[in-house]
Amino acid sequence: MGSARLYAAVAAGGFRRYATYRAATAAGVFTNTVFGLILVYTYLALWDERPHLGGYDQAQAVTYVWLGQALYSTLAVQGGGFENDLMARIRTGEVAVDLYRPADLQLWWLATDLGRALFQLAGRGVVPFAFGMLFFPMALPDHWLTWVAFLVAVALGWIVSFAVRYLVALSAFWLLDGTGVTQTLVITGMFCSGMMLPLNVFPGAFGEVVRALPWSAMLQMPADVLMGEAAPLGTYVFQVTWAVALLTAGRLLQSAATRRVVVQGG
Amino acid sequence: MAEDTWATEDSRLREGLRAYRLIAVMWIRSTMAYPLSFALTAVGGLVVNGLDFVAILLMFSRIDTLGGYALPEIAFLYGLSALAFGFADLAIGSMDRLGTRVRDGTLDTLLVRPAPVLAQVAADRFALRRIGRITQGTVVLGYGLAACDIAWTPLKLLLMPVMLASGGLIFCAVFVAGAAFQFVAQDAAEVQNAFTYGGTTLLQYPPTVFGKELVRGVTFVLPLAFVNWVPAAYVLGRPYPLGLPEWAAFTPPLVAAVCCALAGLAWRAGLRSYRSTGS
Repeated sequence: MGSARLYAAVAAGGFRRYATYRAATAAGVFTNTVFGLILVYTYLALWDERPHLGGYDQAQAVTYVWLGQALYSTLAVQGGGFENDLMARIRTGEVAVDLYRPADLQLWWLATDLGRALFQLAGRGVVPFAFGMLFFPMALPDHWLTWVAFLVAVALGWIVSFAVRYLVALSAFWLLDGTGVTQTLVITGMFCSGMMLPLNVFPGAFGEVVRALPWSAMLQMPADVLMGEAAPLGTYVFQVTWAVALLTAGRLLQSAATRRVVVQGG
Repeated sequence: MAEDTWATEDSRLREGLRAYRLIAVMWIRSTMAYPLSFALTAVGGLVVNGLDFVAILLMFSRIDTLGGYALPEIAFLYGLSALAFGFADLAIGSMDRLGTRVRDGTLDTLLVRPAPVLAQVAADRFALRRIGRITQGTVVLGYGLAACDIAWTPLKLLLMPVMLASGGLIFCAVFVAGAAFQFVAQDAAEVQNAFTYGGTTLLQYPPTVFGKELVRGVTFVLPLAFVNWVPAAYVLGRPYPLGLPEWAAFTPPLVAAVCCALAGLAWRAGLRSYRSTGS
């Protein structure tokens, strides 16, 4: 009970931290909207050429674009969440303080990232999506339950995203300089999440492989749940499987790191 | 009197370029202290940018034309856009850090040095690894040139370097204007990404893909269309966006000059309005 309150306070702190920078949030909203606009036109041209590409009609393709722009920062698809802080703390040795705290390292950072994600969903996600709804025909569900199912899928997608970024952050125990892994995260995040092109458009065996990777749990799956292209239950099973596997890997890596690695001193 | 002003302007320009060169060379040396790290980040940047084009290739695995343009023609547009942006990004791409400098007060250090502030800010953290983008753009443009069936004339050949140089300058103007905006809106640095990265992404696709309002906006308000759309239409022998007259293909240098002048004015206004945090 007491520890739940602690993590809630940590999450609230994460929320407030991002809520402080209002100009930055407005700038992000503007940029996401512009990118959405560019993508929407290219997708419309693409689906004009090839109707029902990947099983989507034009309205679904448009919805997909605005979902991507809305969830881009919430899910930290290309990084940009807690992992930079944690890597800096590992590099400077400050992580030793974190390890002494009567709180679990993984849960602590999960809570801060939850605060961030909730703020960015409300602060950066809603407006670009509303803009898209206003100016383009979209394929949105009639029943409110579908929206609930969608939000559950987004939450699970966020956990998968966290688990991936936690592994990336922990690599700093061995590598110290996280530039290389961060860059890898940017590349995989951009491409394998379907941010550039819906994963169901990817051809052949290549498409099969990409759709089985954890990144497809982030944007592609919630989008398919919202547009009624995927059954929620099967989606959740896929997402939970990856979440559990990656979170467990994070735990194992964490215990290996704390046992074997000498913390940087100063 | 007028001649005097020109002479000072000229010497200031030379002074600025000299300062820029010295600072840039210093940053290159400091980067080269870690050659492996440099190689890895340069290759990484190349891959990140390359994925853009891979997405286009994936699209073309399912279609033959996009907006009436075939793959080689889109590669031509893409290469021109990536190269023009790549030059600007390499030269002054670090300017988007200005907001940070304003916020933490480190811009003060640059103000007291005896060199033009614009040159110092432009060369700050000069990142040689950005040649990754130029390399990738060159490869794609090379493919476009080889695969496109262009009826070359001397005029078209001449237009190619002119177009790339003007396009680079137009993007430079956008970077400078974006930096000037950061004096006012410190935290809102991300806004300029919409015009820089957003701009180069937009220009990778043919103008026929986009809505007329958007094309009008990037032709007459923020004239990005002159980076590649308009001159490339002449080279490819394609109809011009918005039915512009044929001579419009030769106006990029003029457009670039106007953009740079306006960006320069914006920069001066921004710098004059700067107030230190005092810490």
